[in-house]
Amino acid sequence: MTRRYSAFSLFREGLRGHTGWQPAWRSPDPKPAYDAVIIGGGGHGLATAYYLAKNHGMRNVAVIEKGWLGGGNTGRNTTTIRSNYFYPESVALYDFALKLYEGLGRELNYNIMFSQRGVVTVAHSEAEMEIAARIVNAMQINGTDAELLGPDAVFDKAPLLNRGPKARYPVFGGVWQGRAGGARHDAVAWGYARAADGFGVDIIQNCEVTGFIVENGRCAGVETSRGSIRAGAVGLAVAGHSGVLAEKAGFALPIQSYSLQAMVSEPVKPCLDTVVLYLGTGTYLFQSDKGEIVVGGGLDRVPSYAQRGNPPMQRTVLSGMLEMFPSFGQLKMLRQWAGNVDVVPDSSPIIGPSPLPGLFLNCGWGTGGFKSITAGGWLMAHLIATGSHHEISRPFDLDRFATGRLVDEAAGSGIAH
Amino acid sequence: MQRFPCPFCGPRDETEFHFAAEAGKTRPEPAGEGGAERWAEYLHLKKNPKGPTREIWVHTTCGEFFLMERDTLTHQVAGSSALGVQS
Ligand SMILES: Cc1cc2nc3c(=O)[nH]c(=O)nc-3n(C[C@H](O)[C@H](O)[C@H](O)COP(=O)(O)OP(=O)(O)OC[C@H]3O[C@@H](n4cnc5c(N)ncnc54)[C@H](O)[C@@H]3O)c2cc1C
Ligand SMILES: [Zn+2]
Repeated sequence: MTRRYSAFSLFREGLRGHTGWQPAWRSPDPKPAYDAVIIGGGGHGLATAYYLAKNHGMRNVAVIEKGWLGGGNTGRNTTTIRSNYFYPESVALYDFALKLYEGLGRELNYNIMFSQRGVVTVAHSEAEMEIAARIVNAMQINGTDAELLGPDAVFDKAPLLNRGPKARYPVFGGVWQGRAGGARHDAVAWGYARAADGFGVDIIQNCEVTGFIVENGRCAGVETSRGSIRAGAVGLAVAGHSGVLAEKAGFALPIQSYSLQAMVSEPVKPCLDTVVLYLGTGTYLFQSDKGEIVVGGGLDRVPSYAQRGNPPMQRTVLSGMLEMFPSFGQLKMLRQWAGNVDVVPDSSPIIGPSPLPGLFLNCGWGTGGFKSITAGGWLMAHLIATGSHHEISRPFDLDRFATGRLVDEAAGSGIAH
Repeated sequence: MQRFPCPFCGPRDETEFHFAAEAGKTRPEPAGEGGAERWAEYLHLKKNPKGPTREIWVHTTCGEFFLMERDTLTHQVAGSSALGVQS
């Protein structure tokens, strides 16, 4: 029976016909009661369960997922991990997340294919270069790595970029974060699931939460398609479905659900070893380990739960790609898909207690919450176990919409994801 | 490309439209008496329904705001009407 993954166990299993591998997690029936129930088996829900067990010794925990693990945005995202934000509150959050990612594969004993290949955000005019310099300064003051690149350095990083005299968006330079990069999305979900299961957490798939048990004004558990489950505390990590569940709990959130789409090409030989985003086109791309060019851009501007993506944004994203990398016009696109993202007015997440006591929120990550699965899980676990905020999550409480202390990253760093 | 019906111009490409807000919100009046919670509700909180919804959109081509009834899951449009007119 092989539980630990290593080069040695792979070799040993190879010798005995791979008969000793165990399922990475159990599929138990739900128990009638848990100390904590987490709704949503995406990265944030699974990481929350893992850190509840690991950091706080809470092992009588269940994760309830209506479909399959990572079948929401976690398994649909383009996996960029970076911390090049503007406000100190955001950098504290996303850099904490990035630091946790840096040790995650080893900690979970799961290859999450974390690759710090760097992200370059390209500027196209003197004015944009001034904004780029401002962002670099802010990042350095906030204590994270950032470098202002001139045009030659940008072409060095991505030699196939458009240098033509007729480029609509000429390369003037850009913001470079070398510690940024990506990881395999499914592996992050599966790695947390396996490690949480190892601590005794029950991972329950194909079980939809349909309502809340409320007693004396407190959330005392959930109603599900597989019966009632009582819980000491309930965590909500359902991304685009946050509004649907909030309504069942009797409150509304400052969240609008939209489709965010992405595409991949056929695999080709290595030609791009960093992540590139153009401020001008809003399109970003990188090459996956399989060789596919992964392309993404902005939101579809129609409130939606459809998870498919409309043609106008597809055209915008692809025309952006052709402007950036004219040679990619030869690529054949293989797949297009969309996720259902939870967009908040200030483009920052919501972590904190909900208006229903006993129910805690981890949502509003919108177009950019893969990079923060580590921190989101850590902070939500802290909240559930201690009943109070970690200092990093405090600024992201729901109360900021009444106090007016928004953390407006759409305006601050000007980056969508 | 989906087409949305502008009550003034007829069916037009979705790219000509901009989503403004959910329908049915009332501004706290008098403004000073609402309090922060009531203002936060008016400005930020959303029903964000999965399914049929009533929304205010603007047709950027003619500049008119109007009411549209559609479904956020199927994207089917049930109808649109000028503001203040029963649909
Ligand atoms: C195309 C695309 C590209 C993206 N690119 C990036 C990127 O490059 N970098 C980045 O950092 N982020 C990116 N994101 C955002 C990122 O994917 C999300 O912010 C993140 O995955 C959210 O994780 P989550 O665990 O909160 O949500 P999810 O992974 O969506 O998990 C929520 C889970 O809740 C489940 N659920 C819903 N309702 C119920 C219910 N009633 N009962 C039980 N379970 C329920 C869902 O089935 C789902 O599995 C991208 C997103 C998309 C769609
Ligand atoms: Zn019109």
